[in-house]
Amino acid sequence: MAKSTLADPPVMTSTAEPLRPAPVRGVHLRRRNLWIWAFLMPTVVLYGLYTIYPIVASYWYSLVEWNGFESEQRFVGISNYEAVLADPGFWNSVWVTVVFMLLVAPARIILSLLLAIVLNSPKLPFAALFRTVYFLPVVTTTAIVGVVMQFVFDPASGPVNAALQTLGQSRGINFLGESGLALLTVSAVYVWKFFGITMIYWLAALQTIPRDLLEAAKIDGASAVQTFRHITLPLLMPFLIIITVLTVEDTFRAFDLMQTMTGGGPFFSTEVIEIYIYRWAFAASIPQLGFASAAAVLFGLFVMVFGFFQLWAVYAARRLRVETR
Amino acid sequence: MIATHPAPRRASSLRDLFRRVPWWGTVLLLTLLALLWIYPFVWMVSASLKSSTEVFSGGVSLWPEVFVWENYARAWDDAGFGRYMLNTVIVTVATVVIVVVRCALCGYVLGRYRFPGSRLIVGILVATLFVPTGYTIIPIVKLSMELGVLNSLTGMILALGGAANVSFILIYAGYFRQLPKELEEAAIMDGAGFLRVFWTIMLPLSMPVTATVALLTFLATWNAFFLPLVFSFSRPELRTLSVGMQAFVGENATDWSGMAAAGVISIVPIVALFLFLQRYFVEGIAGAVKS
Repeated sequence: MAKSTLADPPVMTSTAEPLRPAPVRGVHLRRRNLWIWAFLMPTVVLYGLYTIYPIVASYWYSLVEWNGFESEQRFVGISNYEAVLADPGFWNSVWVTVVFMLLVAPARIILSLLLAIVLNSPKLPFAALFRTVYFLPVVTTTAIVGVVMQFVFDPASGPVNAALQTLGQSRGINFLGESGLALLTVSAVYVWKFFGITMIYWLAALQTIPRDLLEAAKIDGASAVQTFRHITLPLLMPFLIIITVLTVEDTFRAFDLMQTMTGGGPFFSTEVIEIYIYRWAFAASIPQLGFASAAAVLFGLFVMVFGFFQLWAVYAARRLRVETR
Repeated sequence: MIATHPAPRRASSLRDLFRRVPWWGTVLLLTLLALLWIYPFVWMVSASLKSSTEVFSGGVSLWPEVFVWENYARAWDDAGFGRYMLNTVIVTVATVVIVVVRCALCGYVLGRYRFPGSRLIVGILVATLFVPTGYTIIPIVKLSMELGVLNSLTGMILALGGAANVSFILIYAGYFRQLPKELEEAAIMDGAGFLRVFWTIMLPLSMPVTATVALLTFLATWNAFFLPLVFSFSRPELRTLSVGMQAFVGENATDWSGMAAAGVISIVPIVALFLFLQRYFVEGIAGAVKS
């Protein structure tokens, strides 16, 4: 390439330099820009309609009273927000969302790290097979897993209670029917379902640790715990930040599992914010779309706080990575 | 056995065996955990082959007394899972095509060119990296109604294909950015235009990214629930597998074996695809952390 451009300078001037716009070739540039916008069009239209517009429109909808899709919208100012914030049900759903997050995120992050370290060892037989098995629930349809789990945990004749009975537990445990227990049960299923993703994250992170570093530590007589404490863990820190944020963001998408396993019940004990919104917007006999939109906007702000945390985390992780290098 | 032979080579292999004992212990533990892990699926397959009364009477035995294959026929025909499967395939394939095309085009332009507004676009995209469905669902339904595509597969496809998918655009942009500039310079010298450079050089080079994006979109769409649920409220014949499953339980709460058969029908295709193409699934998910 270099040779031909040297031999033929005029051609060189007429080639486009993609990253540096040239000053003279106006027509060429205009045509290039037309192509650029043509390429952007599908995303601009679809993403604009189905992502940007809904974000903006939510704010408008949250300011109107609006029962159903056909009827009139009446501007009511911030009264929807007042109503949402005064509703104990909303605060309950915020509480459930936070508790759910605190239950599942640490479990996913810590347990999957332990398993990933074991599976990452080159000496472990069948490591690939185990990875496949532990990852398998991730690819299955959450809504279907939720329904199946309803039956697995059935108090009368589900296999879990049948197993407990053979172990001597005479009365069945109503895992999903008792408000104290339901959130724990769904959390356990959620951890099981998405455990594989976090494990793959960790395996990818562990790949970045140079093997000779671990071997050097071994030669110096470091124990497994010491190696983990002084070599593996510091090198994993940047990933810990990112994986934590990714996992926490994930917990905001619990709708599929909650809706199919418990539908938010019993007595709203598993009603996360998404289910709360769904209940008021679609499952109520008279939909309260303005009210639900106000809850959705608050939910969006809630998630956005974590979005900023995300940006900070990426920044912090980059800096950590540069330092440890 | 081995121990009775005093030959030095054998002795060392014996020592090897002993050194490996902790590893075999680990393997045993991991195997038990793995069995627990796949138990719900094994139970589902077993329940799908039992009679309803046998599932209902409980017991821990996984082996059916009588194999009731008729459960599958009931789920496929009567419960409508044949129809739901067709809907799911249509929605999934169309969404994958839309997402791959629009993300590749957008990622190419953003990764390879600097133009007025390009930084702004990237900024807006990043800002919406994590928008939950619960936040956008109400305006999407209203919009679809105004466009006249609510209660249709088209509406479902557009909404699923129009969902942010920002990470895919960024993956494409990052990939296209690091390709050497000489590639397209040579093509332009040969007289190729913008579209041709993209179509004949850049797109084929991005096959690994395309495979990952296509698979992850396939997975997400096949398993989607919230949007298809809302879009098929008043048209049961538009249900996808995941929505159909929930409706099935609502309508026939006692037909456990039919429900299990429906679950197997719904999950087998996606699991089979995963087993064939694991590497891409895993690399795609791992990529989120590496970059």
